[in-house]
Amino acid sequence: MKMNKEQATKFIAKRIAAELKSGTLVNLGVGIPTLVSDFVGPERDIQMHGENGVIGVGNAAFEVINNTSKGISKAEEIDEDVINSGAGTTAVEPGASFFDSATSFAIIRGGHVDVTVLGTMEVAENGDIANYMIPGKRVAGMGGAMDLCVGAKKVIVATFHTQGSRSKLLRKCTLPLTASKAVNTVVTELGVFDVTEQGFTIREYNPAYTFEEIQAATNASLFIPETVKPVDSVYYENL
Amino acid sequence: MDKVKTIEEAIANIHDGQTIMIGGFGGNGSPHSLIEALIAKGVKDLTIICNDAGNPNFGVGRFFKEKRVKKLYASFIGANPEACEDLANGEFEVVLIPQGTLAESIRAGGAGLGGILTKTGIGTLVSEGKQKINIKGEDYLVEEAIHADVALIYAAKVDRIGNVSYHGSSRAHSPSMAMAADYVVVEAKEIVEVGEINPDNVHTQSVFINSIVLKGEQK
Repeated sequence: MKMNKEQATKFIAKRIAAELKSGTLVNLGVGIPTLVSDFVGPERDIQMHGENGVIGVGNAAFEVINNTSKGISKAEEIDEDVINSGAGTTAVEPGASFFDSATSFAIIRGGHVDVTVLGTMEVAENGDIANYMIPGKRVAGMGGAMDLCVGAKKVIVATFHTQGSRSKLLRKCTLPLTASKAVNTVVTELGVFDVTEQGFTIREYNPAYTFEEIQAATNASLFIPETVKPVDSVYYENL
Repeated sequence: MDKVKTIEEAIANIHDGQTIMIGGFGGNGSPHSLIEALIAKGVKDLTIICNDAGNPNFGVGRFFKEKRVKKLYASFIGANPEACEDLANGEFEVVLIPQGTLAESIRAGGAGLGGILTKTGIGTLVSEGKQKINIKGEDYLVEEAIHADVALIYAAKVDRIGNVSYHGSSRAHSPSMAMAADYVVVEAKEIVEVGEINPDNVHTQSVFINSIVLKGEQK
C-alpha cells in the first residue's frame, strides 16, 4: 500500500512491534520509535526501559518514560516525581522499578537491553548511524543513543526511507556518527532491511512498490535474497 | 547535625563563575526553588553540568532563559529550542557527553576514581583527542571523572541530617551528583525528623549532604 506520512509512521511502528520477542527488555527512542509502544500490549510480556530510570510494562510505564522526556510534569495536576503520570495513583504496573542514571546506563552498556529502537537522520549499509547533529545547523545531542548503540544486543532503526528527495539509507553516512557498525535492521515505509555482509538486505518489501522503485529510493545497493517476501498486509491495513 | 536552612542561607556562598551540577531529567526532578533563588540572586557565568538543557524556561532551562550559562556539559539540548538558538548564536559553549558516560563520569568523580573506560563514543567525534586503552582485545575510551563546586538536587523526602529518599522516576543523576561536588544542597519536597526514613530506603546518605532546603519556601 502507498501510504501518507501518518500511515507510514504507524506502519513502521506496528511492523517493528512484531520484531520484539516476549520476555525481552526494550528501549524506545523519541519520534517514530515511541509509537512502537502503541502496538505492544501487556500480553506480549515485553518490558520497557527508560533512560530516566524506569523499567516497567504497560501504558503507565510508557507514560512515565514519555512524560519525563517531554518535561510534562509542568502540568500541576501531575505529580512532579512523575509517579502519577496517568489517571490514577498507581502509575506503573506491579513489577516496575525505578533507579538512577548510573544504574540505567549500566543496564544499557552492560548488555541487559535486548533491543533498542531509534530514529535516524542517516544509516549506512555497514550499520553506521548518524542521528544526533547536523554541523552548523542543528545540534540536538546524543542523549543515550551512543550508549544504546554500543550496549543493546539489537539496534532497530525506525525511519522514513527518504527525506525530501534524499535517501536516508546510504552507502556511507555524511553526518557525524552516533555509532559505527551498530545497526542490525532498518524498517521504513518501503520494507524491512537487515544490515548484513551484503549491505542492506531486503527481507520484506511493501508490495505497492517494485524492487526498482525501492532501489531508486536508496543510495546504496540493495541485496535481494531468495527468501525476500512482501510485508504481511496485517501491518498496513486499517492504519 | 541539623542541616536545614533557608534557601537564602543555603545559597549564600554560591557565586558567579562556579561549576554547578543540577539534578533532573528534562526538568523533572530538578531543584526548581533553588534554581529560582540563584536567578533572583543574580548569579551568572555558570558552568552547568546537567543531563540536558531542560525544557524552554523549565528546570535548567530557566538559566538559559535568563542568560546565566557560560558553558554546559550535557547529553541533550534538543528539547530546549531556546538554548539551541543561543548556542547557535555563540552565547554559551556546550560539551556534549553521551548520557551513560556523563552518568558514570560523575559517579567516578564522587567515588575517588580518575575516570572510566567505555566503548561508547568510539568511532565518533566524542573520541577525538582522547586516549584509548585495549583490554582483552577490546578498545575503550578513557573518559575523565567529572567533579563540581556545587551540586543542587531535589528529592521527595529528606531527614534533618540529610538522609535522602527519592520518589518515582525523579532520581536521574542526583545520587551521583551528591557525591561529586564540594558543596551539596538538596531541595526537599518534605523534610522529616531523623528516624522517619527507614534506613533501607535511604538512597543518598547524609554524609554527602551539606544543606537542606524546603521546596517552595519563600524567603
